[in-house]
Amino acid sequence: MEAGRRGFLKLAGICTLGLAAKPAVNLLWGDHLEAAQVSPNPGALAGKKWAMVVDMKKCWEKGKEGCKDCLQVCHRVHNVPDVGNVKEEIKWIWTEHYQNAFPGQENEFAEEVVKDKPFIVLCNHCTNPPCVRVCPTQATFKRKQDGIVMMDFHRCIGCRYCMAGCPFGARSFNYRDPRPYVKQDLNMTFPTRERGVVEKCNFCEERLAVGLLPACVEACKVGALTFGDQSDPKSPVRKLLSSNFTVRRKAELGTQPNVYYII
Amino acid sequence: MLEKAFKGDQRYHRWVLTLLGLIGLGFACYLLQFNKGLSITGMSRDVSWGLYIAQFTFLVGVAASAVMVVLPYYLHDVKAFGKITILGEFLAVAAVTMCLLFIVVDLGKPMRLLNVLLYPSPNSILFWDMIVLNGYLLLNIVIGWNVLDAEKRSVAPPHWVKPLIYISIPWAVSIHTVTAFLYAGLPGRHYWLTAIMAARFLASAFCSGPALLILLCFILKKFTRFDAGKEAINKLSQVITYAMIISVFFVGLEIFTAYYSGIPSHTHALQYLFFGLEGHRKLVPFMWLFVILAVVALALLINPKTRENEKTLIPACVAVFFSMWLEKGLGLIVAGFIPNPFDVVREYTPTPPEILIVLGVWATGALVLTLLYKVAVTVKEEKMG
Repeated sequence: MEAGRRGFLKLAGICTLGLAAKPAVNLLWGDHLEAAQVSPNPGALAGKKWAMVVDMKKCWEKGKEGCKDCLQVCHRVHNVPDVGNVKEEIKWIWTEHYQNAFPGQENEFAEEVVKDKPFIVLCNHCTNPPCVRVCPTQATFKRKQDGIVMMDFHRCIGCRYCMAGCPFGARSFNYRDPRPYVKQDLNMTFPTRERGVVEKCNFCEERLAVGLLPACVEACKVGALTFGDQSDPKSPVRKLLSSNFTVRRKAELGTQPNVYYII
Repeated sequence: MLEKAFKGDQRYHRWVLTLLGLIGLGFACYLLQFNKGLSITGMSRDVSWGLYIAQFTFLVGVAASAVMVVLPYYLHDVKAFGKITILGEFLAVAAVTMCLLFIVVDLGKPMRLLNVLLYPSPNSILFWDMIVLNGYLLLNIVIGWNVLDAEKRSVAPPHWVKPLIYISIPWAVSIHTVTAFLYAGLPGRHYWLTAIMAARFLASAFCSGPALLILLCFILKKFTRFDAGKEAINKLSQVITYAMIISVFFVGLEIFTAYYSGIPSHTHALQYLFFGLEGHRKLVPFMWLFVILAVVALALLINPKTRENEKTLIPACVAVFFSMWLEKGLGLIVAGFIPNPFDVVREYTPTPPEILIVLGVWATGALVLTLLYKVAVTVKEEKMG
């Protein structure tokens, strides 16, 4: 067979096309491997759609004033740094005033019951999360089995599109190396982050995986935080939702937040 | 052909060296950012995109200069544009190069950039923006270079270039539309959540890009033997006039909807930009400068006497370019984050290293443009004999 220059170039061209075709085929018809896919632990807490109910009334009435147990334990177990300035603040769960947590809902002569009271805010693990929609690398993704909105810190390119997309300000970016700012003893069972990636609350997926409730829920002494499976009618979350009037932050945007508030 | 870019007089070498100096300075600052993180910029948890992404957005518009000469020339046979299509295409190459660089310098993890290709995510508008921008860059390099090469050898351009030229016209529209969709589809960013965002991008692109092109034509006329011709400049200035009127009209539409409806979330960003919000008013002087420049530009452009006079057309083009830069390259992106999702105003001020990185990227674009224009103009000068 004569292998002329023309024939060789043709063959090389077809081979190159073949190489380019594989990712394209994968994209359109391939099996998508989710980031951080692991085989389940038999002792893990299982749910189809995790949700949290935050009973602010209970928190204010029964809790000690200025109690920060839930916030501190979360930041401790997740090695959240304290950078020490507002500009680069990293936070997973924190408090806001009513008019900040629910902007546009405030009344001029606000009820004393909400005025100056702290509201616990965290990632809402939306059913229809804009952060997942906008991420160009699927570094933030919605876990299929239970709906937790998760982050792969090793895939994130730090474009911060998710921060523009999130209407709840739930996401923080590591503007600098966070490790020197982890003030408490490191939790060796949870990764620290690198500079240049985004992070946020993960509904304690690492604790659910070993059969534990989220750290904030466990830490609250007055039981103001309730965690459970929304798809299970007998779950504690569903009981609270059916017997109380609850609100969600910015529900009108259609992201379907899965954190509910009893006020 | 490229060798022509390296032969020039002393003035040319001095200009290239100045640009290289600025690039070096910007690169040094980028190394600092690479080592310390984006912490060295003025961006924050609240205003998480700043000058970099704003420049990127503005420069996507400048890249449109190409289509505003290519479309009339190839679809409507406007012969006057024949001489300057190459200038439009090469300006697009330089502008898109800057766009891509601004995206890269904005990344927290630039070494993971290729994750965008490894994990293609069609649900993300950024994925599509990557495709349309790189495609537009490639189209303009291939078209510009081949047409110029044919001109040099006094032959017709290869036949396969024509379809690429036709593709490049809707493609230019796509880069603005997709870039506008980056912003216009986000819930909770009310200043950006507007259906006319893409239309606004197109209108402002079609005035700022050609305005720069006219200025560049005048510079070339001054320093080289290349003259774009009176007719081309006149036609281009008409395009700018209409695009500028539409652009300002669109800004007016946003202001009407926000203020007449009176919905707080819609008025807040405009309030912050033009009057200040809760005592924060850093961008107010810039936005009023935008208004003044826009009015001056319109006054000079709408009047045919001043539009056709070189002495007044130049300041008009400068006014168009800077007013659009203020509106898009400064106000639009930053104000989208103000107030933040908690209805609190946290302002943004770029830091000196951040500004030097921005200057470095602009200098890189200017260098690419200089080299490409040097090649194009030398070819054209040789033809003139």
